[in-house]
Amino acid sequence: MADVISYREAVAEGIAREMRRDPTVVCLGEDIGEAGGVFKTTVGLRKEFGPERVWDTPISEQAIVGAAMGAAMTGMRPVAEIMFSDFLACCWDYLANEIPKVRYMTGGQVTVPLVVRTANGGGLGFGAQHSQATENWAFTIPGLKIAAPATPADVIGMMAAAIRSDDPVVFFEHKGLLATKGAPPPPDHVVELGRAAVVREGADVTLVALASMVPVALKAAEFLSGEGIEAEVVDLRCLVPLDMSTVLASLGRTSRLVTVEENPYQGGWGATVVSVVADEGFALLDAPVRRVAGECVPLPFADALEEEVIPTVDKVVAAVRGLAAY
Amino acid sequence: MDPAELLAAYEQMAVIRRTEKAAHDLFLQGLVKGTTHLAAGHEAIAVGASAALRPDDYVFATYRGHHHAMARGATPEECLAELMSRATGLCKAKGGSMHLTKAATGMLGSYAIVGAHLPMAAGAAWSARLRGTDQIAVAFFGDGATNIGAFHEALNLAAVWKLPVLFVCENNLYMEYTPIADVTAVPRPAADRAPAYGIPGEVVDGNDVVAVQEAVARLAGRARAGDGPALLEAETYRHFGHSRADPATYRPAEEVERWLKRDPLDLARGRLVEMGMPEAVVGEADDRATVAVRKAVEAAKAGPAPDPREALTDVWADGGAAWRT
Repeated sequence: MADVISYREAVAEGIAREMRRDPTVVCLGEDIGEAGGVFKTTVGLRKEFGPERVWDTPISEQAIVGAAMGAAMTGMRPVAEIMFSDFLACCWDYLANEIPKVRYMTGGQVTVPLVVRTANGGGLGFGAQHSQATENWAFTIPGLKIAAPATPADVIGMMAAAIRSDDPVVFFEHKGLLATKGAPPPPDHVVELGRAAVVREGADVTLVALASMVPVALKAAEFLSGEGIEAEVVDLRCLVPLDMSTVLASLGRTSRLVTVEENPYQGGWGATVVSVVADEGFALLDAPVRRVAGECVPLPFADALEEEVIPTVDKVVAAVRGLAAY
Repeated sequence: MDPAELLAAYEQMAVIRRTEKAAHDLFLQGLVKGTTHLAAGHEAIAVGASAALRPDDYVFATYRGHHHAMARGATPEECLAELMSRATGLCKAKGGSMHLTKAATGMLGSYAIVGAHLPMAAGAAWSARLRGTDQIAVAFFGDGATNIGAFHEALNLAAVWKLPVLFVCENNLYMEYTPIADVTAVPRPAADRAPAYGIPGEVVDGNDVVAVQEAVARLAGRARAGDGPALLEAETYRHFGHSRADPATYRPAEEVERWLKRDPLDLARGRLVEMGMPEAVVGEADDRATVAVRKAVEAAKAGPAPDPREALTDVWADGGAAWRT
């Protein structure tokens, strides 16, 4: 294996490692076969595993996720691709009503071990219906696990954990990170779901971020370091299970909290993180909490407009400066 | 069906009919909460189809699914206990009338979002093919589901992947409260759509358990042999309204009368007598059904209430509901 691997290559590598290990892992989705996926995240899978394990589907999101569910209930571990996360709305019944509830409403009779992968988020100028960060949609529904890796190594390690999970996992691959590169992880690298990572240590403020907001938070932290403010950056990696113990431990060291979310402020996951801190960690705080989040508008097309709406390094820096002076 | 098989099918239909009547009565007594969608009148479809399936085949049903659950191995006691919110219910009282499920016998669930389970059945059939078994999957659904997007997506996917799945429409002429003909562009809401997907679309008398068994046996054999999916439209009628809130006064009296004369139990009884089965033997089957359901009602009533702590179990595969590590 090469010395570096891109986030995009890591997706296919992560799936391939599991397909080699477990014959019940199969893939289905639009354009994932010979074409290798519209984002080239499934390149090579059809060639290695053949058409009986990598299935091109019609543009039928309900059939894709519904069929994945039926297969998962009967002995397979399907990995379904929904091309853009915006299109999760086209199969929302399965994500909101069917997959997360069937175990519960059957009294534990049925297990649904599937992964729904999807390309999430903005930054590429795709306009309002191909750019949303939608992890907060899934976050409203009990019964779904939610993974959103920020690095190639995490893509591979979390893909392994997601595919091996006996519970349904929605796996958000961030479009803005696809070209980023990192060291390839060793064989059998597994990152347990629900383990946040402290990706930068600092004593003055905790930045809690997810997916593409992790590099934004890290850049902001580097900039702030020049001003004498040391930020600790926590990459949540998963929204469910949510690792609040790492967040609370970090707050114990810093006493200041900023969440950095790409999704709109209204209904965003940062609100839940902040509310748990208020419930359980209020005494740890020496300042108000701040949420840097997307504006509550549809994503605009032009770069200048999109930047206005999505959190940027400058916006994070400004929020932290305000808190540091509190 | 030979006479012994038909008698067994008759008795199963009689058990289902009496269980539905019991569910109705228990609802009126306040012992069944929420709502019920009774399938009295539809028994021949569930029983006829099940008689043509193997124990390891998969079945998916709708919120009107008591008859499918029982035809696929759920006992009247388990079903009634579930309806009466007892811990002994089929789904530990977490599902209720609309979600009767018995996975151990291939009854993979009753789904209350119209049409949602058709792609799941396609997926179960896909899984059977991937695992190299010759199991098939069956989705039972109402005529109203034929106008849902998932119906069309599932049919196309099943056809293009040549999956071993049967789509069985219970056309009872009403999409909830509205005549299906008023809201559908073709006269046969299911069968007429089959040619668009290049699969067989057949119509069968859904009140004749023998006709249903024969049609499902043929189409199931075809699917099992690798020849792909098929659509079967079984014409039938609800004896009750859409749900417990619906007295079904919108249905013309002569239509109701015409269909009640074609009660699937009466049709089966007539066939049995024609085959030379003594009336007394059929009567004994009725009596056994009556006793079995009476005992089931008493046993279900005696079941304990669920432990409130059960509310926080069964979300995840580890049995729990924790959303944080």
